[in-house]
Amino acid sequence: MPRILGVDIPGKKQIQYSLRYIYGVGPTVAQRVCEQAKIDPAKKADALSDEELARIINVIQNGYRVEGDLRREVSQNIRRLISIGSYRGTRHKRGLPVRGQRTSTNARTRKGPRRTVGAVRGKEARAAVK
Amino acid sequence: MGRSLKKGPYVDEKLLERVERMNRAGEKRVVKTWARRSMIVPEFVGHTVAVHNGKQHVPVYITEHMVGHRLGEFAPTRIFRKHGAATDKTVALK
Repeated sequence: MPRILGVDIPGKKQIQYSLRYIYGVGPTVAQRVCEQAKIDPAKKADALSDEELARIINVIQNGYRVEGDLRREVSQNIRRLISIGSYRGTRHKRGLPVRGQRTSTNARTRKGPRRTVGAVRGKEARAAVK
Repeated sequence: MGRSLKKGPYVDEKLLERVERMNRAGEKRVVKTWARRSMIVPEFVGHTVAVHNGKQHVPVYITEHMVGHRLGEFAPTRIFRKHGAATDKTVALK
């Protein structure tokens, strides 16, 4: 199993697919990387020579933001939205959908598992809850 | 999806004019506006704009990070007051 950029260990797949195990590399970037490194995208990752791997690493490091750097950039962008007090920032902070989706139903990806909140009726009942 | 670059950013002209006049005069006063859709341009930085939220004008101090956003993003139009039966707190608001 070859290692590319530290942690990522793509398996016994064609290099164009195994590159996608790297955070920030999708179908398009994977194909472009192969092209720029002059490697047959259909070649199995295990069959690559050290020199070919070095070429891939070189291409990725000099042209794409991946892994830690990319994660940092994303979280910085979110932090910026929160710190300027924008609507999108508050949606991020509260874990609700950011792009205007409905929240009456669905939105489970952002909201997580269902939590039922019932109305507490009457003064005595409310006092009991507290 | 996004706005055509050809057109440039949408900025409320009257608001921009007022801010520029203030910049020339070197004064800083709170400007009331209803133009929530207006983009924040670099000229606004350092001013306080009171943006209408449908009920009142919410004062927004413009920093340089806000450039490119729209004024309405900083003046929420809805307030969420917890689910559940009416409490003394929520009733008092009406």
